[in-house]
Amino acid sequence: MLRDAWLVLRRDLRLEWRTRTTVNQVVPFVLAIVLLFAFALDADSATLVRASAGLFWIAVLFAASMIVQRVASVDQRDGVGDALRMSGIDPAGAYIGRTLALSAQLVVTEAVLGLAIVAFYGIDLRGLGLLAVTGGLATLGIAAVGSIYGPLVAGIEGRETVLPLLFLPVQAPVLLAAARASEVALGRGVGSGWPWAAMLGMLAVIYLGIGVATASTLAEET
Amino acid sequence: MPPAILLRDTVSLLGRYPVLAGLDLRVEDGEIVLLRGPNGAGKTSLLRTCAGLLRVASGTATVLGHDLCVDRRTVRPQIGLLGHATGLYDDLTVLDNLRFWARAVRADRPDAIVDSALDRVALAERLRSVAVARLSSGQRRRVSLAAMIVRRPRLWLLDEPHAGLDAEGRDLLDAMIAEAAASGATVLFASHELDRAVAVASRCVTIAGGVVVADDAA
Amino acid sequence: MADHPETTSSTATRVLGIASLASIVVLVIYAFAVTGPDVRLGETVRIMYVHVPTVSIAYLFMLANAVCSVMFLVKRSSFFDVAAGASGEIGVVLLGLTLVTGMLWGRPTWGAYWVWDARLTTTALLFLMYVGYLTMRTLPGNPNVRAVRAAVVGIVSAALIYPVHMSVEWWSSLHQGRTVFGRATKAAIAGDQETALYIGFLAFLLVASWLAVHRFRVGWLADRAAGVEIDAAVAARRAEHEPAVSSLGQVKP
Repeated sequence: MLRDAWLVLRRDLRLEWRTRTTVNQVVPFVLAIVLLFAFALDADSATLVRASAGLFWIAVLFAASMIVQRVASVDQRDGVGDALRMSGIDPAGAYIGRTLALSAQLVVTEAVLGLAIVAFYGIDLRGLGLLAVTGGLATLGIAAVGSIYGPLVAGIEGRETVLPLLFLPVQAPVLLAAARASEVALGRGVGSGWPWAAMLGMLAVIYLGIGVATASTLAEET
Repeated sequence: MPPAILLRDTVSLLGRYPVLAGLDLRVEDGEIVLLRGPNGAGKTSLLRTCAGLLRVASGTATVLGHDLCVDRRTVRPQIGLLGHATGLYDDLTVLDNLRFWARAVRADRPDAIVDSALDRVALAERLRSVAVARLSSGQRRRVSLAAMIVRRPRLWLLDEPHAGLDAEGRDLLDAMIAEAAASGATVLFASHELDRAVAVASRCVTIAGGVVVADDAA
Repeated sequence: MADHPETTSSTATRVLGIASLASIVVLVIYAFAVTGPDVRLGETVRIMYVHVPTVSIAYLFMLANAVCSVMFLVKRSSFFDVAAGASGEIGVVLLGLTLVTGMLWGRPTWGAYWVWDARLTTTALLFLMYVGYLTMRTLPGNPNVRAVRAAVVGIVSAALIYPVHMSVEWWSSLHQGRTVFGRATKAAIAGDQETALYIGFLAFLLVASWLAVHRFRVGWLADRAAGVEIDAAVAARRAEHEPAVSSLGQVKP
């Protein structure tokens, strides 16, 4: 299983390397969100600083939704879906590989997005330890759900609109915990941030468990 | 030796439509069988059922000794299916693609196997590090064929394999089919190129309406 | 359950329908005439007789949806697919009722239609998740593929109910302590009010079951109308190459 995970992880990263979809399309998209949000809130710096943690994670969710759609459609084109079924790749391994590749792409997006928010909104970066743990675990949770729902809508007419409808409500707990923990890390939240980080870890484990458990059913659907 | 393919009263569905309507077929190990029939006869569906991609709704289906109703997963890596689609990632290079598929079937020394497969289908060296999307359709077909060789399947299922290939490519394909059979593999292929196909095949099965209507020596 | 219903009605469902109507009448009488205003909640307590039963029975139908989804993946029989769809639809309706009644109760109680109460928020998220599930069921494409994918969405959604509830509960506990609805209903309701609540449970269980049975039968008929019986389809398919029995009924010269 881990061997197949590694194989699929390398394939997804290679696809990104060859097409640079995340770097060329998703990253500019989240930068546009950062700017538009400043317009929407009238560049009021106090409000922007207060909203920054939540905004960051909302932008990450949108970015994840875009990347998931792209990866899922690549796996359906030109008979690749059949070829994958014929290959004997373990679906659970493929799921883990896709999740890790998606996480890696999200981490890159988050790094650029984070820098942009710090620079444009004038944020003092604090609590880096908590921020890093929160970022890692939340990213894993988001990617774990994305890798379940991407293949679910692949090949369906109207998937562009259905995916966010399925994907975003399920991400609510991750968004909630990630935004609270980030706020605490940046010195504005209530209470301690570590319990929220722990919850993110638990959510990631639950989502990964569901993904591994459903992978082979989804691979064999006809 | 058990037969490579044994279908008994097999029904398989595409959505709600029975593409195979109680089909009986027995293909012995090492045979080369040509599948013919009009459009919509169920040739592609038969090949996909044998590959374990279409669920058997009723009847039985055994391929390479595995009951497809019980487990379709284990037998698949031993089967090579060449369909109308390429089965390749457009955005990856030829080498990236083949190395991925070679590793997926746990090939030993995957890089060497990939190189020799590309030599066999005579794909020019300079095209190997080019994205598949930039190849012509005939060149892609050759890469798909190379992907078949990389898998070293015991059962070859080919759907209109001659389509899109130039004269040289067709000769190459016929030679590959003969080689595969000589090395003990079984080949089932659908074709409209009857003159050429009959020369390669040892037996010719005609299907229509999802059942076998004629079965002759070629 | 009839195998091939020609109508969605049967003696059993007529009895169920009459029982549903009767229980609603009793509920209305109890809710408005027999019970008085609550000491603490005042007249708004009457909303509880709808709100609490609908949310509980909604969860019951989500559970039924999950069970049917699992059974479908095991048995691959469209019976369970249709049953999962019916219970999902009724569940969404009940969740919608829960949200509306919760908001109507919140307005006089808290002075706002919406507060970020843990149960309300969880219900809103579940509502959206199951709307997504129902959308999944209506998408075009191969019905078998769609059924499998919908079943997976149903199972995933059910598995996520607890994590969603847990996180939201924790979040709202930072702001306002324990769940407001839980406290209000548990502490304040007794006697006739408790009876009215139980009648509410019964009434909504009966109504929801009655709707679900009919929805299932409609789904089953639609399923049959979409396809034909497999034997007939197989026979038609086999006949395709014989011109004498072609669909036009004409032999080509």
